[in-house]
Amino acid sequence: MKSKCLWVLYKKEMADHLKSRRFFIILMLVVITGFSAIYAAAYGISSAVEQENNSFVFLRLFTTSGSSIPSFVAFISFLGPLVGLSLGFDSINGEVNRGSLSRLLAQPIPRDTVINGKFLAGVSVITLMMLSMGLAIGGLGIIMIGIPPTSDEILRILAFLIFSIFYISLWLAISQLFSLLLRQTATSALACIAVWLFLSVFIGLLSGVIADVLYPADKVETVEAILRNSKTELMINRISPSTVYNEAVITMLNPGVRTLGFITQDQLVGAIPGTLPFFQSLLLTWPHLVSLIAATMICFAVSYVYFMKQEVRM
Amino acid sequence: MDDKRVVIKTQGLTKKYKDLIAVNNLDLEIYEGEIFGLLGPNGAGKTTTILMLLGLTEPTGGFAQINGLDTIKETIRVKETVGYLPDHVGFYDDMTGRENLRFIGRLNGLEKNIEDRIDNLLERVKLTNVGDKKVGTYSRGMKQRLGIADTLMKDPKVIILDEPTLGLDPEGINDMLGLIVELARKDKRTVLISSHLLHQVQKICDRVGIFVGGELLAIGPIDTLGEKVFKDHDLTLELSVSPVDDKLISLIRSINDDVKIRTDESKIFVDSKEDIRKELTKVLCDNDYKLLFLKQSGRDLDDIYSQYFCAKEGVKK
Repeated sequence: MKSKCLWVLYKKEMADHLKSRRFFIILMLVVITGFSAIYAAAYGISSAVEQENNSFVFLRLFTTSGSSIPSFVAFISFLGPLVGLSLGFDSINGEVNRGSLSRLLAQPIPRDTVINGKFLAGVSVITLMMLSMGLAIGGLGIIMIGIPPTSDEILRILAFLIFSIFYISLWLAISQLFSLLLRQTATSALACIAVWLFLSVFIGLLSGVIADVLYPADKVETVEAILRNSKTELMINRISPSTVYNEAVITMLNPGVRTLGFITQDQLVGAIPGTLPFFQSLLLTWPHLVSLIAATMICFAVSYVYFMKQEVRM
Repeated sequence: MDDKRVVIKTQGLTKKYKDLIAVNNLDLEIYEGEIFGLLGPNGAGKTTTILMLLGLTEPTGGFAQINGLDTIKETIRVKETVGYLPDHVGFYDDMTGRENLRFIGRLNGLEKNIEDRIDNLLERVKLTNVGDKKVGTYSRGMKQRLGIADTLMKDPKVIILDEPTLGLDPEGINDMLGLIVELARKDKRTVLISSHLLHQVQKICDRVGIFVGGELLAIGPIDTLGEKVFKDHDLTLELSVSPVDDKLISLIRSINDDVKIRTDESKIFVDSKEDIRKELTKVLCDNDYKLLFLKQSGRDLDDIYSQYFCAKEGVKK
C-alpha cells in the first residue's frame, strides 16, 4: 500500500516536472550552453589531434574551454544548481499556497510519501537529464573528433555523470528545504538564488580575504605561512559544493591529476609524470563523493523531520 | 439519542499553542448518520479541532476517536473512512477535474471501476460537462462542488466539511447545502460541518455545537440551544397592548413581582427571569385588553448570533 501510494505520487510529480514550462526553459538553457561548449571544445581538439598523438582525447571534450566559451564541466558546475533549484523551490509551499496539501494529507497515505515522492521525482528528472546529455555528447563527440572513447574513458564519463547527478540533487534538496521553511514561493526562489550566488561566486572572493586575515602571508613569506594561508583558503572554498564538485570532476576527467590541494617542490622530487588508472582517480575523489551525498542527506533529513512535525494549516 | 452509535468522539481534547489555548477540554460525541454543525466565530478553534480529528495535528491533551480508532495512533486507518473538505480547497490547476479525482482515487488504492465512480460523482455534483476542463478555469462554486466529489472518491463513512459555504453565491450555497443533506439522508453518512455562518448552516443541522474561544458553550438540537446558552439571562417580552394604562402595569406586576418594565411610545418591554407568556395572555384576556403584538426574545438563535458572532467579528475589525 505504501509503495503504491509513493508510486502514484511519484508519477504525478514526474509528469508535473516534465510538462512544466519552467523545467523546459532551464533545460534549454543548459542544453544550448552545454552543446556550444562541446562544439567549441571539439573544434579546438580536432586540430590539435592531428599534430600530436595524445591520449584521453575524448575526455578533453568535457574539460577544454573553447576560444571564448567555458568548458562543459564549468557550465554544469555553474548552471546545474539552477536546474536543481528550479525543480524544488516551490515543491511544498506551492502546494500549501494552492491549498492542495491539506487535501493530499487527508488521504490515507503516510505523510512521508509526499516528501519522498517529490524528492525521488526530482532526482529522477535530474538523472534522466544528465544521462541523456551524456549520451548525446558521446555521440556528437565521436562524429566530431572521429575517435571512439576507450573503456577507461567511458568509466570516467559515467563517474562524471554520477557526480553531476549527486551535485544537482544536493541543490534540489537545498531548494526543497527552503520550500518548507519559507511560506512564499517567491521568497524561497530568491533565497535559493542567493545561496547559489554566494556559494558559486562570492565565497571564492571571500575565502582569500578571510585566509589573509587569519594567516597573513604577505609579510613573512615562509613556506609554512604561505601553505597555511592557501590551505585555509581552499578549505573555505570547499564549503561550497561547487568547489567540491569541480575538484572531483576535474580529477575524474583528467587522469593527469594526481593530487588535490598543494604540494611543495620537494614532495614532487622523484615523481614520474604519468596518468592514474580509473580506480585511483576514484579513490582520490571518494571524499568528495561522500561529502556531496552526505550534504544531500543532511538537507533532506532536515526537511523530512520538519515536514513530519509541521502542522498542516491550509 | 443514546441508542445511536457514536461515530466521532473526543474526550478532554485540548490544543495549546505558545500563548493561547485554541481548543480547551472538548468533549464531543457525534452519532451515526447525523449532520452536526460546529458553529462558532472565526478563530474559535474549529479548524484546529478538525485537524485533530484527522490526525493532522497532535492534541496537547485528551484524545479523539473516529469509529473507535484513535486519530493519532491509527491516523491512516482513520483517513480511509473520513473524507475531508478543507476550507479554501485547492486542486492542481493544470489538471482537469477528472484527473484530479483520478489522482485522489489512486491514492486511495482504487483501480477497478475508478472511471465509473468518477463519472457518477461528477454527475452528482453537476460537473459532467466540465469534467475534462482544467480546474484553473473553474469558478469558486464549481471548485467547491468538485471538492465534495473529491471527498466522496474514497466512499467515506464520515465527512468533515470546513466552511463549505464560504465565498459562494446564494445559489451556490443552496446547491451545497442540498448536496450535504443528500449525503447524510440518502447515503447515511455522518457529516460534520464547521462554519461561522450560523444562519446558513443551522437549517440543515440535526444538532449543533456552539464553539467560542476554544470552548463548547452548548450542544443540542438548534431550537433548544438558546435556552441552554442563556439560562441565566433575562427574557425580554416585547408586547403592544391597547389601551395602555396604569392598571395594565400593575396587572403585569401581579403575575410576577420580579419583572422590570419599560415602555416606549408603542411597546412595552418586560424583563423577567421566567416565561410569563401564558399567565400574561390570560390576565390580559380576563381584563378586556386587546393584545396586538407579542414577542419573546433573549434566548433564541438570533441572540446567540448577536452575542457571540457579531460581537467577536466587530472586535476583530
